[in-house]
Amino acid sequence: MKRVLAIAIASMLLLSAFGCSGQQVSQTPTDSPAQSQTDAQSQSAIGRSPMPKENIKVGVIHIGDPSAGSGYTYTHDVGIQEMQSNLGLSDSQIIRKNNVDDGDPTMTETAIRECIEEGANIIVATSWGYMDTCEALASEFPNVIFSHGTGYKSNGENFNNYFGRIYQARYLSGIAAGLKTKSNKIGYVAAMGKENSEVTGGLNAFAMGIASVNPDAKVYVKVTNSWFDPNEETNSAKALIALGCDVIGQHCDTPNPQLEAESSGVWGVGYNSDMTKDAPNAVITSVIWNWGVYYTQLAQSVIDGTWTAANYFGGMDDGLVDITPLSSLAEPGTSEKVEEARARIKDGSFNVFDGLIKTNDGQTVGAEGETLDDAAITGGINWYYENVVVE
Amino acid sequence: MDYFLSFIAAVILAGTPILFGTVGEIINEKAGNLNLGVEGMMALGACAGFMAGYLLGNPALAIAASFLAGAAGALIYAVLTVTFMANQTVVGLTLTIFGVGFSNFTGEYMLTHSANNTLKIPENVMRALGGLNIQGLSALPIAGKILFSYNIFVYLGIAVAIIAGYYLKRTKIGLSVRAIGENPAAADAAGIKVAPLKYLNIVVGGGICGIGGAYASIITCGGVWMSNSVNGLGWIAVALVIFASWNPIKAILGSYVFGAFSILKYYVPKSYIPAPNAFYDMLPFLVTALILVIASIRDSKENSQPAGCGINYFREER
Repeated sequence: MKRVLAIAIASMLLLSAFGCSGQQVSQTPTDSPAQSQTDAQSQSAIGRSPMPKENIKVGVIHIGDPSAGSGYTYTHDVGIQEMQSNLGLSDSQIIRKNNVDDGDPTMTETAIRECIEEGANIIVATSWGYMDTCEALASEFPNVIFSHGTGYKSNGENFNNYFGRIYQARYLSGIAAGLKTKSNKIGYVAAMGKENSEVTGGLNAFAMGIASVNPDAKVYVKVTNSWFDPNEETNSAKALIALGCDVIGQHCDTPNPQLEAESSGVWGVGYNSDMTKDAPNAVITSVIWNWGVYYTQLAQSVIDGTWTAANYFGGMDDGLVDITPLSSLAEPGTSEKVEEARARIKDGSFNVFDGLIKTNDGQTVGAEGETLDDAAITGGINWYYENVVVE
Repeated sequence: MDYFLSFIAAVILAGTPILFGTVGEIINEKAGNLNLGVEGMMALGACAGFMAGYLLGNPALAIAASFLAGAAGALIYAVLTVTFMANQTVVGLTLTIFGVGFSNFTGEYMLTHSANNTLKIPENVMRALGGLNIQGLSALPIAGKILFSYNIFVYLGIAVAIIAGYYLKRTKIGLSVRAIGENPAAADAAGIKVAPLKYLNIVVGGGICGIGGAYASIITCGGVWMSNSVNGLGWIAVALVIFASWNPIKAILGSYVFGAFSILKYYVPKSYIPAPNAFYDMLPFLVTALILVIASIRDSKENSQPAGCGINYFREER
């Protein structure tokens, strides 16, 4: 018995040794073409040469599954599909890695390496947690372009960041919510607390939009501490409705807050994609991302050879962010107010975070005649606007 | 006052899916099988219940399908642990991974074949499964809201828990179940058929867990399909079994206490108690740990885990 066991263990060890060496063998060839390519185009990162459309291969790293409903990954994938059809790329030119946990650097690295092994020359990493892995792999594969969403890093050569001014769209949705509310209490299900500038900035813009049309309304916030949690999102929306809120906004991935609003007979503002299809009797409008705008621009600039590693922070004038057309649930006159604000944002006369801004703890942010810069917007909004109540 | 009533109503709703999971797991453990696959069986029930409601448009079939799917998952577990004597912990964990994966896979397959990337259960099913509206009763000032306004699952859950309590405590077969959970060899010697009885309890317990899953996918998610709708409720149910000291009747109270803990952070005004959400998230498990400690100090046989729980019974090694 013991001998059998010993042989078994020994053969397992042998196998695992082979396994390891096998991996190394399979990795080497992927490194060498990358290097030889670098040699071939010695101009390398700065001033990339144009690339024929047929040679483009995009590796997409998704945190979830595109088919999992209305949320984040679905919205990104719709953008990828748009890019594909805009540029006429074939299906084999898109590699998708789904359900890649962005809290797991090893998994992230494996997914990206697999894409590169399959010939990807553009990596689109859609979630915050992929950032550092992208940065590390960008220096290992100088000829692959890494574009990372929602973070802030870039290396000036082949790694950039892309994100958008979602707060502009949230401001417009705030106008619709502020005109709709009867109780002057508007709820907001926030995925993250004050420390997260993305969520808090969006919430403040929403609150400012509300205040612009309804100075008496307050915004009540519940934080779920999770980007995706169906139970928590339903429960927090329920609590907001119990407080008397009659419009529910959200910065989280499921349409559950909208569905809860619908079943309680109140209204809501959806997020990510058009949530009218989920809760047609509640959603006034949805704050949406059109990632296809950026993805198309990214691939096109690589084809043209004009791509640079500059960070991208697109807004409503690019069409990257917007709100969906107002539903019949919106108050009469909403459309005029929204269009007026939209025009001011588009012509640059209004930037949402303008002038001296009062926070809900009696402080002020910004200065008269100035506007918050992009660094402050992406990383420094850790305060709530004056009409925000955290209960 | 209205706010408080809303809180009570929300507590009952938050506790309901875990009540099913807990009662199902208690029935399992009382028969001597520690099934850590509650999360998986709930996910299977969530998927089957949702799809039956979506495709067949019948609320009764939706609940029946969720029961059957949970039971089917449990049957895999029963075959592996009772017949093939596989390690219960490992099989249970595997069942969790399988159940969640299978459920998401099926949901995603259905989504990609849907018209606009949304699966929505028909209105009539949602109305039948939604909140009660009994003429006269539901309109009562206070009792109406906290007693007669819930969806059908709430009442079903309480009924199932009471029946399970009666079954384990008061029936002859329940006595046999407790016997095989404590000491299968002695029970076997007394002429109790151990394996068939284990099968029965595991499968029925799994089915009950499955109904809890249907609550998460149908009620919590408002009739729109969502991957991972169970999202950890099954694990809370496993902890709640300890909290309820293996008693289905206590599980009713326990699940509402856990339900209250899970939503307290949204209802206690931060202006009064500025505790972070994480503090409230910790509470149920802190209380479970305390109960474990108290139970072990009191050393009461009745309120502790069945002695044979988690250990496979080899008839030949008697």
